[in-house]
Amino acid sequence: MESKIRKRIYPKEDVCIGCHLCEVYCILAHSGSKDLVKAFNKKDRPSPRVTVEEKDGYYITFALQCRHCDDPLCIKACITGAMYRDEKTGVIMCDESKCVGCWTCILVCPYGAIRRGENKKVASKCDLCIERGTPICVENCPNEALELKEV
Amino acid sequence: MRYVIIGNSIAATGCIEGIRRVDTEGEIIVISEEPYSVYSRPLISYWLSGKIGDNDIFYRPGDFYRKNQVKLISGVKATRVDFDGKEVFLETGEGIHYDKLLIATGGKPFVPSIPGPKGNVFTFSNFDDVKAIDRVIFREASVVVVGAGLIGLKAAEALVERGCNVTVVELAGRILSSILDEEGAGIVQKEFEKRGVKFFLENSATKVIGEEDVEAVELKSLDTIQANVLIFAIGVVPNVDIFRGTSLRINRGIPVNSRMETNIPDVYSAGDVAEALDMLTGENRVVPILPNAYIEGEIAGLNMAGKITEYPGGFPMNSIGFFDMHIMTAGLLNPSGGMETIKRMEKNKRIYRKLYIDDGKIAGFMFINSIDRTGIITDLMRQRIDISDFKERLLADNFGFLDLPKEFRKEKILEMV
Repeated sequence: MESKIRKRIYPKEDVCIGCHLCEVYCILAHSGSKDLVKAFNKKDRPSPRVTVEEKDGYYITFALQCRHCDDPLCIKACITGAMYRDEKTGVIMCDESKCVGCWTCILVCPYGAIRRGENKKVASKCDLCIERGTPICVENCPNEALELKEV
Repeated sequence: MRYVIIGNSIAATGCIEGIRRVDTEGEIIVISEEPYSVYSRPLISYWLSGKIGDNDIFYRPGDFYRKNQVKLISGVKATRVDFDGKEVFLETGEGIHYDKLLIATGGKPFVPSIPGPKGNVFTFSNFDDVKAIDRVIFREASVVVVGAGLIGLKAAEALVERGCNVTVVELAGRILSSILDEEGAGIVQKEFEKRGVKFFLENSATKVIGEEDVEAVELKSLDTIQANVLIFAIGVVPNVDIFRGTSLRINRGIPVNSRMETNIPDVYSAGDVAEALDMLTGENRVVPILPNAYIEGEIAGLNMAGKITEYPGGFPMNSIGFFDMHIMTAGLLNPSGGMETIKRMEKNKRIYRKLYIDDGKIAGFMFINSIDRTGIITDLMRQRIDISDFKERLLADNFGFLDLPKEFRKEKILEMV
């Protein structure tokens, strides 16, 4: 029947050091080349699907990505049907070939976790590194400020 | 159990998916006047402009009906419902019995009765409308669009992109009057004008001139505009015609309770035809936007299949782009009476952010070209969070979670998902 997400990434704001490595690795994982130098040199480098929350003069940071909600407004609000839940994994995905960049998902996502992607043409969001198996941001966080938990 | 759905757009899709989350066995029959699988109406302007192809307009994959075991009767109009006998009658005369019925007939474009020929005069509401428009437009064609709302301007944008010379006629004193104020509308109008679109505001079409096809349009101001094509995009009204004179209660649309039930047992309604709860005003009204149609349809489906689910209410919201600009709005806009507002305008960057605040809570907002992560703000509005302590930050492009009270933030990100 209904599939739901089984794992979710939780940020720990007390130990995040705001290094942005999660964003760097996210870009790497979503680049075609999977080569850091090439990925960053490219004009249309992928945008990170994780965002380090930070604010001037405020010594707290944490990284946030899609919560893969049980009741996802982005899927319900999507005007094209591009946003969908992968039946096997429960991960919420954006079919970038269907997305027209109307940004209704950005208007409704309570987490601000969906971004205008490269070229600002299609929506870009965390796919929990569905192709890799484990999220690259979690693996490479130097202070273990990102945690993949069963839900 | 047999579920019958009249209509085959977004609310119907939500209903099918809602039913199937609970009941994988019951029979589902969808009756659609249009000869298509479910497609996205907001995409018709994208199709006309050439941004998407014929197959991209469809809202669900090709195997949607088969996978959900839905019998789709398309290209046939339902003409009458016998609510006592629980039967829907088609134009072919065939009757279809239902145990549970969803009315999701949507809206229909309002066309003013103006004297003159009807040739090359269109509305801008469904796939066939844009297919017909596509057949008659050409580069440098003169097109008059009546109505400068969301639909009219999406039509105007597509026609500009197809190389037409577009003139827009609007009754109100500004464009997009339902979602923008004077200043915001000014920014957007300028972008259209930069691309050659002419506007006649506080004006209306009074006469169509021509033999069989439109050749010109006469306005209330007595200006005459040459036109190869005329498009009416004045507004949409709930499509309730076939239910008039029955026991179904109808106001403007069909009033429903929080379970999407109408006044008749086993009859539900959702989408642009339904009057459901507006959570901001506390009143039932038609809020004809796609996300609400899906959510209402899904809630109807869950309830029809026996899983009691309450609709928390919706509110108007829109995310809409024109050329390289983007606009996001939600909630109460331009309310009458003095409501607190905060705003930030950067004319050179074409950025505008304005929020309406009522008793410390966000009542509505309009953002132009500063839209990233707006959903956090939409959620603050939906949850009625008091924003008094950080309201100035709501005007910043980079508003984020660190601007929120720690308790709310932790609860939201760590537990409440």
